[in-house]
Amino acid sequence: MDPAIGAAPSSAHRPHTKTLVEASEHVVEVVSDSGEGAQKCGQIFARAVARMSYGIWTVEIIPAEIEPPARTPAGASGNLVRFGTGEITNWGDQADLVVAFNEQVLLARHRLDALRDDCIVLLESQWADHRDEEIRRQWQDAMNEISGRGYRLLPIPMQEECLRVVDDARKGKNMFALGLLTEIYGLDVDYIREQIRALFAAKAPEVAKSNCDLLQQGIDWAAANLDFRVAIPRVESEEARVVMNGNQAAALGAVASGMDFCAMYPITPATSVSHYLCDIFESYGGKVHQAEDEIAAAGVAIGASYAGKVALTVTSGPGLALKTESLGLAIMTEIPLVVLDVQRGGPSTGLPTKVEQSDLLAALFAQPGDAPRVVLAPATIEECFHVMITARRIAKAFRCVVIVLSDANLASGQQQFRRPVPDERWHAAPASQRAVGKDELPYGWDPETGLSRRIVPGQPGGMHTVTGLNHDQRSKVDYTPEANELGANMRSRKLAVLHETLSPPPIHGESSGDLLIVGWGSTKGAIEEAVDRARAEGHAVSSTHLTFLSPLQPGLRDIFSRFERVMTVELNYGDDPESPHITPENRRYAQLAFLLRANTLVDVDCWTRVPGQPLRPGEIHATIRNRLARTDTGEARL
Amino acid sequence: MHQELRSFFDCSMDDDHTFELEDYGSVVARWCGGCGDHGVLNAVKRLMRDEQLPAERTVFVSGIGCSSRFPHYLDTYGFHGIHGRALPIATGIKLSRPDLDVFVVMGDGDCCSIGAGHWLHATRYNIDMTALMLDNAIYGLTKNQTSPTTPQGYKTNTQPRGSWLPALNPLTTSLGVTNVSFVAQTADWVPAHLFETLQAAHRHRGFAFVRILQRCPKFTLPLFAQQARTPDLHELLVHPDGVNVPTLEKIYKRRIEHDPSDLDRARVLAEDPDRIRLGVFYRNENRQRYDDIRRLPSYTAAQNIARLDAELDRYAV
Repeated sequence: MDPAIGAAPSSAHRPHTKTLVEASEHVVEVVSDSGEGAQKCGQIFARAVARMSYGIWTVEIIPAEIEPPARTPAGASGNLVRFGTGEITNWGDQADLVVAFNEQVLLARHRLDALRDDCIVLLESQWADHRDEEIRRQWQDAMNEISGRGYRLLPIPMQEECLRVVDDARKGKNMFALGLLTEIYGLDVDYIREQIRALFAAKAPEVAKSNCDLLQQGIDWAAANLDFRVAIPRVESEEARVVMNGNQAAALGAVASGMDFCAMYPITPATSVSHYLCDIFESYGGKVHQAEDEIAAAGVAIGASYAGKVALTVTSGPGLALKTESLGLAIMTEIPLVVLDVQRGGPSTGLPTKVEQSDLLAALFAQPGDAPRVVLAPATIEECFHVMITARRIAKAFRCVVIVLSDANLASGQQQFRRPVPDERWHAAPASQRAVGKDELPYGWDPETGLSRRIVPGQPGGMHTVTGLNHDQRSKVDYTPEANELGANMRSRKLAVLHETLSPPPIHGESSGDLLIVGWGSTKGAIEEAVDRARAEGHAVSSTHLTFLSPLQPGLRDIFSRFERVMTVELNYGDDPESPHITPENRRYAQLAFLLRANTLVDVDCWTRVPGQPLRPGEIHATIRNRLARTDTGEARL
Repeated sequence: MHQELRSFFDCSMDDDHTFELEDYGSVVARWCGGCGDHGVLNAVKRLMRDEQLPAERTVFVSGIGCSSRFPHYLDTYGFHGIHGRALPIATGIKLSRPDLDVFVVMGDGDCCSIGAGHWLHATRYNIDMTALMLDNAIYGLTKNQTSPTTPQGYKTNTQPRGSWLPALNPLTTSLGVTNVSFVAQTADWVPAHLFETLQAAHRHRGFAFVRILQRCPKFTLPLFAQQARTPDLHELLVHPDGVNVPTLEKIYKRRIEHDPSDLDRARVLAEDPDRIRLGVFYRNENRQRYDDIRRLPSYTAAQNIARLDAELDRYAV
């Protein structure tokens, strides 16, 4: 090991003076081999800091395999927790402190440039002088690889210390690590013990006890051996708050909306919504049906919705593709349906566990024929909850398909937000079984709005056959030009009516300036933070974020006209104008940019990436400065 | 449908009303003359009349193809969906509304080809519904393409030198699926048997699968013309627990005793390619039903809100 980057004092030595590192926030990572529990450690740490009224954002670090080989960079598993004074809306830039259970998982983070140059690295030290020569060589190679950075490396004898408390250190290192963090950040030990006991509530009492002992071992070791503490000011909050991830929020939102039927087929990263619903839905009278495939899941949801309350189906990109024909049927028959698409990287199987915002155009347009549907995108964990209620209400009121575009970043990222207060008005009423009047038609379209009232099976006098074929107001198959034009008009008109009820998107920053950034979905926090940094430097930049993608919120053209340049920032593919062969004529724009250009006729530019990880405020900030510099030098716009 | 479920939703029933055939369908069906679908439609209307099924509580779900026009010719609720997906839609209806009486009408392309996966799983789910597979051994609506049940060597527009492979046997396929509970076969040219089979299927509690052999006058007439005229090519499965039509016994003299609870023998009988066997191959009402297993109490909004409040508290910090 390179002595220049620091060594931990021996456990016999108690440092007399401790350096107090003051910061407004920290990004902390805990990484281990899969199965060593770094994720649990990170989760409890996140709750504990949220409990102390810090703002938090967490990101799961997930290997692609269930049991990747131990001690490999590809197997790195864990949690990133960004926390600080005030609200935290994204994962930030790079880690300030990392706890790594071996040097290989540390390398994984190093290679992803996830660590700051002065990152504090608490590294399990048993591998340095391991009896296996190959492991010692790997350790040395890793030390050489990271030596170019200024990390403050602190070797920690985790194994040795854990063995003082338990027989199998592999099962307990995570709690020891949590103890280190508890001491470093001055967390509430009692609350953490409570969380540990809750975690192991189903197991024998000794399990919780030995984990609490490991926690204490970590605390004691840190108190005796670490020469620094980190102090982050906190502002007490009186408001009731909850911490959860986006998939939990979406599942609870579905419950809160009064939906009582979900048909799904397992697909990453959407499945945990279904797992959670499977766990709790029945106690609300709700059913989750795991169908035989994605197409069946859509069909079952459509059948359930046709006969009862608005139903839900949960999927990700490849599943959305398979459901396409079924969604066309729901749109044509005007059967309300909520589709939650937790996006991942594509095309094809793409990046199953990693984030991308690539399904926007598919959600909007994938369908033969004209098939208007509503598309919504939550931008925060809190919105993942409330969007489900909005989606259910729109689906019912407009007899339409509502696609909700969440993504892998929101799915597993945790944030705290104001605790929702469930409201009976969020609930769907049961399907009416009243007798249908003589004049009521299955598609009694209001000629102005296209809106009509649904007739469901069981209603006397309402018998009719719904069909994916073109039909008239009585639901009779009708291929005449007039009938086809009327149906197409009525289905589309509903979107215009919904559009009238929407507000223009709020502007973050001034309402005019040199540059407007436009985003959608989970990138909101990173974009706004980047805009704030640029504004603090004096740049006239603002941002706006779209929740409704179909119909688009009103006033966009007007908002855009008040800025010199408009640029989307997105997590999907768009051609870089600097790339070979790319010309203004053949440049393929990112998905929102494509949509906004068509919708507003404004020359909207875009900056996009597909790294399979959330955008960082730092890279967006750099892009803003770069774009503004280009404008200043009078470079021609594309 | 079962009486106890009729109060599932608050709906007053007019018990004095007697339903007539006209209550179930007034539209003239637009299938070709001589199409077997007409016979099935008549038998279904008669079944509804005889069983006095309330039209507003009856749903016919279909896929795509000639046979899938079926719901349009009935005055019940109907769902004319997309190719191969009738079974998932019916599954959703029945899971969400156990009080409704659900029929599924599929063609051989729907059931055995594009929707074959759903067929297998619907059999295993064993949800209480009546599934009719109208098997004319051809894709008719799209004009004469080979279907999985087209006999080997039979010429079509997609296999003009004759169907390459032996036909799929829908009976043995169904009988091979775990949790199968009712499999029967009948033919459009034996209307009395068709009716009795539909009635037995409808009365069965579980997923009742009926393969109905039927003629397509445009594309497969030669396939069934000889059989339809020759009762001796048929063999009726008879048993007190099966379908019994005494009036047929003078014409259809070949009969075989088959106890529908005998699954092994059902598979053997279904396998024989030389005979057209009509009747109930298998019936077992003791199979587990997914719709039964998944039945839930309902809660008031206030109860659910209280529960959700408690659940949210688990996330409080």
